Amino acid sequence: MPTFTMKVFRGDPRGGDFKDYRVETEPGMVALDVIHRIQATQAPDLAVRWNCKAGKCGSCSAEINGKPRLMCMTRMDLFTEGEPISVAPIRGFASIRDLVTDVSYNYVKAKQVPPLRIKPPEPDGTYRMMQEDIDRIQEFHKCIECFLCQDVCHVIRDHEENKRAFAGPRFLIKLAGLDMHPLDTVDRSAFIKDAAGVGLCNITKCCTEVCPEHIHITDNGIIPLKERVADEFFDPVMWVVRKFRAKKKQPA
Amino acid sequence: MANHDYELHEHDVIVIGAGGAGLRAAIEAAAQGASVGLVCKSLLGKAHTVMAEGGIAAALGNVWPEDNWQVHFRDTMRGGKMLNNWRMAQLHAQEAPERVLELERWGALFDRTKDGRILQRDFGGHRYARLAHVGDRTGLEMIRTLQYHGIHQGIDVYMECTITRLLKDGDRVCGAVGYWRETGRVVVFKAKAVVLATGGIGKAWKVTSNSWEYTGDGHSLALWAGADLIDMEFVQFHPTGMVWPPSVRGILVTEGVRGDGGTLKNSEGKRFMFNYIPEFFKGETADNEEEADRWYADKKNNRRTPDLLPRDEVARAINTEVKAGRGSPHGGVFLDICTRRPADYIRKRLPSMYHQFKELAGVDITKEPMEVGPTCHYVMGGVRVEADTTQSTVKGLFAAGEVAGGMHGSNRLGGNSLSDLLVFGRRAGLYAALYAKDFGGTLTVDSGQVEQASRAMLAPFERAGGENPYAIQADLQQTMQELVGIIRNESELKESLKRIERLKERAGKVHVQGQREYNPGWHTALDLESLLTVAECSALAALERKESRGGHTRDDHPYTDDTWGKVNVVLRLRNGKLQVNREPLPEMPPELKALFQERK
Repeated sequence: MPTFTMKVFRGDPRGGDFKDYRVETEPGMVALDVIHRIQATQAPDLAVRWNCKAGKCGSCSAEINGKPRLMCMTRMDLFTEGEPISVAPIRGFASIRDLVTDVSYNYVKAKQVPPLRIKPPEPDGTYRMMQEDIDRIQEFHKCIECFLCQDVCHVIRDHEENKRAFAGPRFLIKLAGLDMHPLDTVDRSAFIKDAAGVGLCNITKCCTEVCPEHIHITDNGIIPLKERVADEFFDPVMWVVRKFRAKKKQPA
Repeated sequence: MANHDYELHEHDVIVIGAGGAGLRAAIEAAAQGASVGLVCKSLLGKAHTVMAEGGIAAALGNVWPEDNWQVHFRDTMRGGKMLNNWRMAQLHAQEAPERVLELERWGALFDRTKDGRILQRDFGGHRYARLAHVGDRTGLEMIRTLQYHGIHQGIDVYMECTITRLLKDGDRVCGAVGYWRETGRVVVFKAKAVVLATGGIGKAWKVTSNSWEYTGDGHSLALWAGADLIDMEFVQFHPTGMVWPPSVRGILVTEGVRGDGGTLKNSEGKRFMFNYIPEFFKGETADNEEEADRWYADKKNNRRTPDLLPRDEVARAINTEVKAGRGSPHGGVFLDICTRRPADYIRKRLPSMYHQFKELAGVDITKEPMEVGPTCHYVMGGVRVEADTTQSTVKGLFAAGEVAGGMHGSNRLGGNSLSDLLVFGRRAGLYAALYAKDFGGTLTVDSGQVEQASRAMLAPFERAGGENPYAIQADLQQTMQELVGIIRNESELKESLKRIERLKERAGKVHVQGQREYNPGWHTALDLESLLTVAECSALAALERKESRGGHTRDDHPYTDDTWGKVNVVLRLRNGKLQVNREPLPEMPPELKALFQERK
């Protein structure tokens, strides 16, 4: 069975360093299995978040050899025996301990998003929605909130100061999903422009690249939001049209 | 640590657990005007509900107008081999459709029918296609919807906080005590009512679809606080978990694969389920491949495929095939959808299964069959509750979802869990809030109880030379896997109880290294207490029930026995001793009984 040297970050907000662990692996093992083996046999206090171990809960995000990934979906046979493998916490968020980071920023942003407010139902009390009208939103709903997109986003990764007025890719697609929801009645365009700061995104698509659910965050989510904001606030023709037409959606 | 001032939070209602049931309970309690605290072991939105795949069972009648709550009720009771609490099963079937529509109003986007309504899929034991779903990630849709609705309802959420004891004032619950995972500090919650929504116990087994959180906390908290547990012998082994590679063994493969046309085959290529149709289900199950295949499109003139028998039946059949030497190379059987449905259909209907097999096993399920075998998935047993209010036998203590017993009898049908969470989560929140509103007295938190709990929490740091908690956890999982598995008998169950006793001794001496801040070794050590408690409960109840029924199969008592069909096995803790009793099931009223006589 191949044996790997894992260089795992051990530390807390005061500082820390990578520590080497030699681990024997079995066929099919993923990086999270290796971390668990280290916990069980060498370092019981090694801090790590995880839940489902099946790529569905988005808890075990880390940077493996510098690349943001889910540990539970990173197979060890991806790596060559003999090469050391580094496992670090996601760098976009402050350290709590070892591989665990403070992701509370995301919960703050989540709460700021103006929630869904739906239109009245059909006469029979239910709603009709066509599959083709919800396909794109269902793509956004695949998000497992692993926050890897938030981790790599250039706007905030090395710019703490931008966090105040930028929602990050996760919440931009959340906003896109609400905005495209067939039953929704809320106009979030001012929020998308100002509080969520969609203009700060410069479409480098780093978020899309790391998404374990392969959501087209930039193309299907952020770009349509940018277009909406441009139409709404910066297009003189649309401005005149709106003056003479009643608004369909109510401001958030 | 004694005489410290503890961090204290006060609410009308605290809800422990933030999966589907906990979130729904918190939302309802807040809607009633109660001040609500929601306490969860993980981050919000990561609870086990996220892993539910196939769908939410609700008789919406969108695909089959013939469907209604009576049919759903009947299927649920028959699936549970009539051991269910009839009133819970009735409420569940009646209220599930409204709970699904409510989720839609809160933003959930289920897959649609051609005319724009909620699409429903076939699942085991359900007469009609009944499961509202989103591909094979229904649980994710449900938890996100509840989460994003819930965060705007004024609920205080306490994340990464583990509760270790309930607090009592006389015979009433008055709060709970636990610790913050991040800091290791003790925290006290004072509340008039407590809702348990902690999920299940599956982490006591080695091959399981359950996450680290499923350590039976709520079951144990209730038992220690004096509440009754029922039906703890009934553990569901889901027939289809992954079997290869070893590191993914146990990860769930949705029943939706079979619901959407997949079929089980042995190493001879035979669809073996036709050989395992029990007498009880003969009338409604196809006995030949042609009829089974026609059934997907025409349910009126054909009987259901045996691939979609209830989970207990399918899990036992797979077990038998493997033992008879007709298994797949890695000790499972084959689940084939690639020869039965087009690749595009498979990718559209089962995207996360496609992804999971491709990434973790290197198998393309549109081209090759999957290898699957039973995995510990769900506990039917739990806290004994009053059907309408979800109140336990202890005043002020409520329970909903997997931690509550009775709803599913001896075996749960697929899809009935998500609907259970919504129906009884809402009821728990409602009745907990009403109870808190009506309670006129004052409650006092006894500092002695808090100190005792906090001393117990810190003990593993203070011991010298004890064992690593992971070793004890692994030995327990091995014990339960070997001795309290799908097929049980008296001598093995007795042996399991002896081993659990020894494990309890070892756990009492467990030692943890390191600091109090985010220390998983310490968390594992503390979880051992509840894990060992539920393991013992499950083994004791299994030893008591001398028959085979649903998720409890005894090879020394292989038949289903009518006299056992009239009683629950009840466990309660009195003066430090675990008592095992047999107590009669509530009697079903005649108008509901009639539903079972109409048709075989």
